[in-house]
Amino acid sequence: MAEQKEKVLEIKNLNVKFVLEEETVEAVNDISLHMEKGETLGLVGETGAGKTTTALSILRLIDSPPGVMECEKLEVCGKDIKNMSISELEHIRGSVVSMIFQDPMTSLNPVFTVGQQIAESLERHENLNKNEAWKKAEDMLELVGIPRERAIEYPHQFSGGMKQRVIIAIALACSPQVLIADEPTTALDVTIQAQILHLMKELKEKKNTSMIMITHDLGIVAETCDRVAVMYAGRIIEEGNLDEVFNHTLHPYTEGLFNSLPNIKNRRAKLQPIHGLMPDPTNLPKGCAFAPRCNYATEACQERRPQLTDFGGTHKAACLAYENKDFHIERGKKNG
Amino acid sequence: MAEIILEVKNLKKYFKTARGTLHAVDDVSFTIEKGKTLGIVGESGCGKSTTGRAILRLLEPTDGKVFFEGQDITSLSGGKMRQMRRDMQIIFQDPFSSLDPKKTVSQTIAEPIVENKILKDKKAIDTRVRELMKTVGLAERLVNSYPHELDGGRRQRIGIARALAMEPKFIVCDEPVSALDVSIQAQILNLLQELKEQMGLTFIFITHDLSVVNHFADEIAVMYLGQLIEKAPTEELFDHPVHPYTKALLSAIPIPEVGIERPERILLKGEISSPIDPPDECRFAKRCIHTCDQCRAACPQLLEVSPGHFVSCHLWKEFM
Repeated sequence: MAEQKEKVLEIKNLNVKFVLEEETVEAVNDISLHMEKGETLGLVGETGAGKTTTALSILRLIDSPPGVMECEKLEVCGKDIKNMSISELEHIRGSVVSMIFQDPMTSLNPVFTVGQQIAESLERHENLNKNEAWKKAEDMLELVGIPRERAIEYPHQFSGGMKQRVIIAIALACSPQVLIADEPTTALDVTIQAQILHLMKELKEKKNTSMIMITHDLGIVAETCDRVAVMYAGRIIEEGNLDEVFNHTLHPYTEGLFNSLPNIKNRRAKLQPIHGLMPDPTNLPKGCAFAPRCNYATEACQERRPQLTDFGGTHKAACLAYENKDFHIERGKKNG
Repeated sequence: MAEIILEVKNLKKYFKTARGTLHAVDDVSFTIEKGKTLGIVGESGCGKSTTGRAILRLLEPTDGKVFFEGQDITSLSGGKMRQMRRDMQIIFQDPFSSLDPKKTVSQTIAEPIVENKILKDKKAIDTRVRELMKTVGLAERLVNSYPHELDGGRRQRIGIARALAMEPKFIVCDEPVSALDVSIQAQILNLLQELKEQMGLTFIFITHDLSVVNHFADEIAVMYLGQLIEKAPTEELFDHPVHPYTKALLSAIPIPEVGIERPERILLKGEISSPIDPPDECRFAKRCIHTCDQCRAACPQLLEVSPGHFVSCHLWKEFM
């Protein structure tokens, strides 16, 4: 598609640190991201990669202290979030950008009915009176597949999958332009996960919402996203559309993730785990953060930090090995 | 004829609750051959963990029998059962809560050896602990570390070393990799596979992750609301699932590939119903698209529909 699309999110050089008494945790390091209208961007990585911190930064939800957030640019739908006052931010949160959290068991308030919790943001952002907001709240419940009569029930009367539907209803009530979904199905069973992903996809298309899908599951990325950014130790190490990242993988870490997954078609294939552990974010290595675990690492990788470099199309990767023109990862050879 | 190491017969585990009797495990029967891995899969609340625990009598079964190497262990006295558990161990899901935070790595691994008086000499115990640490890939320098200093993968290795300390023949692995990141998960799965081959262990592998069990198990048992609804050799189950629930479950696995043709996803309506005093009908009837009068009239029995392939569905002939 050649048409110029509207940018709904632009982040430039985002850094987030948590300054503690004895040490400083470098959670997010120099991240730049952008997203177009209607697009779904997958943010993938393992525990501690900085995915959630990046997402929270977009809404300026990082607790400070100890959090310190710095960036060159942070814009959502052309609005400068970086220099926004708290009251303006409160208007943005929930109406322009909303967030679905991982754990549906703890993100609802147990002492309010689910109807009240959906109506709350409608009253606040959409200038609806109590009755109108309640009606719309019931409509939203129906939209996510829950009978409207259940609006007067409390969270504990719902199952996990149903609670997550309620949370989706709250997040979508004010028709946000950008939806951030932080591991929205991780706490759910697979058949329920399939229902929820299907529902999110449907609603997203109906409302042309842009979405950031944070997940550790490459299967979910393959099924729901248009583009993907892979994070490691607070940095984006590979980025591109699905075909580029899945079928023409560049970064050794991304390759390692794929090799760690059991192959559903070839069950006898031996898993090839990435050896070692993610580096301590209070003490990141000087060079490439992945070098100590990387099979292709050379001396240069210990010394210099690779920059995210263009590899044609929308494909980018941060790996020094490609300075050697003939370099290929194993997966790359297979894919040609 | 291969040797049967474990036979479970009509196992039941009920819990009394304020609202009625909860049928956590309801009449489950199966056998495992020596040296094989049986995967038990199902969603939260289907009774897979309770089954694992009832087999080891960590939860006392309400009814039914468990035979281990031909011996009925459900009738053993406390002391005899304790001895039997040397052969039957368990690895728990959450390496964050299953270890004593006040004990070091060596104390944790040594505990079962000391408790069961396997070795008495301090030096011998220490040597054995170091040997076990080596077996599971824990560096020797961690011998005096505490659990909070270690990541999830290393903690799970401690759990495995502890289970191996008794030189068991049979281990129940209850979601051993669910709390771990994929790169670490692969390390632990490979370790379990190696141990199984080296020591000729028999595993029950309980998990909700179908791609893991596909990789790891020789046979798979699918549970739904306390009952076993399908059991078959792994390849057979993945290639020719018969029960509508198994089909839906398999179709829900997200496949991490792009540009492939995805199998059509079967979306289930509704959610798992209550296990409290379930009516005498197919437990899956409320969510099944094929439900007919017969399904509501009686609960189907587990039948062998082809050699080694068991299904509990009234309409199985239509789905073959």
